[in-house]
Amino acid sequence: MKRIDASNLKYNVLNDIIRRVIEEGENKIIIDGVCGQYYIGCGIAKPVEIVINGVPGNDLGAFMEGPTIIVNEDAQDGIGNTMSSGEIIIHGNAGDVLGYSMRGGSIFVKGNVGYRACIHMKAYKEDVSPTVVIGGCAGAFMGEYMAGGTLILLGLNRDKKRLTGNYLGTGMHGGAIFVRQDVDESLCSSEVLISKPDDKDMQKIITNIKKFCDLFGFDCDKIIKDEFVKITPKSKRPYGNLYIPGP
Amino acid sequence: MVEIEKIQSFAISNDPKDASGCGIFGIFNTKGDLIDGNKIVSAIDIMRDRGNGLGSGYAAYGIYPEFKNYYALHLMIDDDLAKRAVEDFLERRVMVAERSGIPTRGMKNRKRPMFFVYFVLPRAQGTKAESEYMSETDADEFINKLVFFINENINGAFVISSGKNMGIFKGIGYPDEIANFFRIERYKAYCWTAHNRFPTNTPGWWGGAHPFGLLDWTVVHNGEISSYGANKRYLEMHGYKCTQKTDTEAIVYLADLIVRKHKIPIELLAKIFSAPLWEEIERMPQDQKKLYKALRIIYGRALLNGPFSILLTFKGGIMALNDRIKLRPLVVGKKDGVYYFSSEEAAIKHICSDIKDISSPDAGEPVIARLTDEAYNVYYGVQDEED
Repeated sequence: MKRIDASNLKYNVLNDIIRRVIEEGENKIIIDGVCGQYYIGCGIAKPVEIVINGVPGNDLGAFMEGPTIIVNEDAQDGIGNTMSSGEIIIHGNAGDVLGYSMRGGSIFVKGNVGYRACIHMKAYKEDVSPTVVIGGCAGAFMGEYMAGGTLILLGLNRDKKRLTGNYLGTGMHGGAIFVRQDVDESLCSSEVLISKPDDKDMQKIITNIKKFCDLFGFDCDKIIKDEFVKITPKSKRPYGNLYIPGP
Repeated sequence: MVEIEKIQSFAISNDPKDASGCGIFGIFNTKGDLIDGNKIVSAIDIMRDRGNGLGSGYAAYGIYPEFKNYYALHLMIDDDLAKRAVEDFLERRVMVAERSGIPTRGMKNRKRPMFFVYFVLPRAQGTKAESEYMSETDADEFINKLVFFINENINGAFVISSGKNMGIFKGIGYPDEIANFFRIERYKAYCWTAHNRFPTNTPGWWGGAHPFGLLDWTVVHNGEISSYGANKRYLEMHGYKCTQKTDTEAIVYLADLIVRKHKIPIELLAKIFSAPLWEEIERMPQDQKKLYKALRIIYGRALLNGPFSILLTFKGGIMALNDRIKLRPLVVGKKDGVYYFSSEEAAIKHICSDIKDISSPDAGEPVIARLTDEAYNVYYGVQDEED
C-alpha cells in the first residue's frame, strides 16, 4: 500500500506518479489532499485499488480497464468517461455526464448525480455491458442516446426533489433504465417505453442493489420491497426516418 | 510516502495540453463583510487548467468606500496620446473628484496597456454644444452614454468598468499572473468574481478578458453565445454598441437594458436569457403560461442561445445562471451567509474545506444572492456628501 500526498500537485505530475507506482507493482494506492486534479486513473489497465480523499477533478477513471476507484467525497464531471472495465465507487454526489460513453464495468454513486448521466453508454453482446447504480436523484437528459447497459436509479434521498429531470432517455436505442417507485411519464422522451421489469430483470436489480447496500450501508430488504419500472427504447434506430420518411 | 521528484506548483505554466473550457468563480457575502482578494485568487487558480493564459480577470464590489458616491471609471489606455484624448474628453463632460493610476506590478516580456481610475460625477450643466449629445438628467444614463462614446470613438482607450464602489481588473495572463499584476491582494470586497479564459471564437486581448462591465453590472461567462448576432442587432436598436470583439459583452448590455431601463426584475431576466422551451411553457399553469409566452414574444431577441454558465453581478447582488439545457458546469455552495459559485466543486472546497451545503442548480434556474438591507445601506446608503 502506498500513500501519495496530492496537495499542490498539478494533474499531470500526480498522474505520472500514480502510473509509476503501479508500474512498480503496487496494487493499492491511497491519495490524500486531492483537489480537482483531472484524469485520475485514466487509461490504467491493471486491477489496482485507488482510494481518493478529497474532490477529484473531471474525467476520473476515463478509459480505464480494471482498476477499482473509491472516492470518499463528492466527485465532479465526466466520471468513467469511456471506461472499459473496473469499478468506481463514489461516497458523495457526482457531477454531470457520469458514465459518458461507458463500455463496461460499474459505477456506484451514493448521492445525487447531475445532468446527462450515462449519455451514450453502450454494450457489446451479452457479456460486455456496463452497470450504473445511482442512490439519489438525477438531472435531466438521463440516459440520453443510451445504446446499452443497465442504469438503476433509486432516489433514496428524494424528499421533495424531483427523481429525474426532463427528457429522460432522449434518443435512447439500447439498454435499460430501472427506476425505483414510479417515473412521471411526461418527463420521458417519446422514444421510450415504460414497462414492468420481468423476473430476470429483477434478479439483476437485486444483485446490484445488494452490492450498493453493502458499499454504502443501506437496508437492502427495504429498498427491494418497492416497485420498479423499466424504461427501454421503442426502436433500435429512433432517428432512422428523421430525414428520409420511412415506410 | 512516495518520493515526489517533479514537484510543481499550480503557479508554474508549461502545460503540454490545452484542456478547454473557461473557469468561473464567485464569492458573495450577504452580510456585507469584506473578503480578502487572496481568497478568490487561490480558488480560481485551482481551475487553472480550464484556461490557457489568454485572459483572466476579477470584479470586486465595495473596494472604494471613500468614493462610494462617485462612478469609478477604470480605463485601459494604450498610450499617452489616447490618455490625453480621454482626459480632455472627461474634463469637459464630468466632474473628476480624484484620479490615479491603478496600482500594478511589472509584467515580464509582455506588452500591456496602462490602467487608470477616475472617480467622476456628471456635470450639472455642460455648454450648449456639448449637452446636445449628452443632455441626460439621469446620471446612470449619462455615464452609460459616456462609456459608449469613449469605447467607440477614442482610439486606444476603453472603459472596462464604470460602476460605483466597484471595479474590474483584467488582462492577458493566467489568473495568478493577472492577480499579481493588479495586486489583487490589496483589495477587500463583499463580492468577488473571477474568470479564467480559454478563448474559442474571438481573439485573446486585454479588453476581451472577462469580467465585462457597464455601470454596476459585471459578467463572467463560461461557454459561448450562439445567438450573438441576433442579440447584437437587438442591442444596436437600443443604442448599445458591441465594441469588445467578444460575445460576452452582449450579456452585460442586455442586463442593463432590460433591468435598468425596462425595470424588469432580475428573476425574470433569467427567464429571458434562459427561456423555457415552448413545450415546457405549454405544460405550465395558465397565468404562468401567459407570462412566459409574453416574455418569449417581447424579448425573443434577448434570449441567449448556446451553452453557458454565467455569474452576473449588480449593485448589492449576484446571479448565477445556466443555459436552458445546462451545457456548462456550475456548482453553488452556501455557508454562514456566504455564497460560493464555481465551475468545479474542488475550487469551493479548496477555500472552504468544511462546507456542507453544495449543489448544482438546474438548467435555467437562477441562484440569486443579495446583501441584507443593513449591509446594503452601508455600501449604497443615503448620499450624504453632496448635501
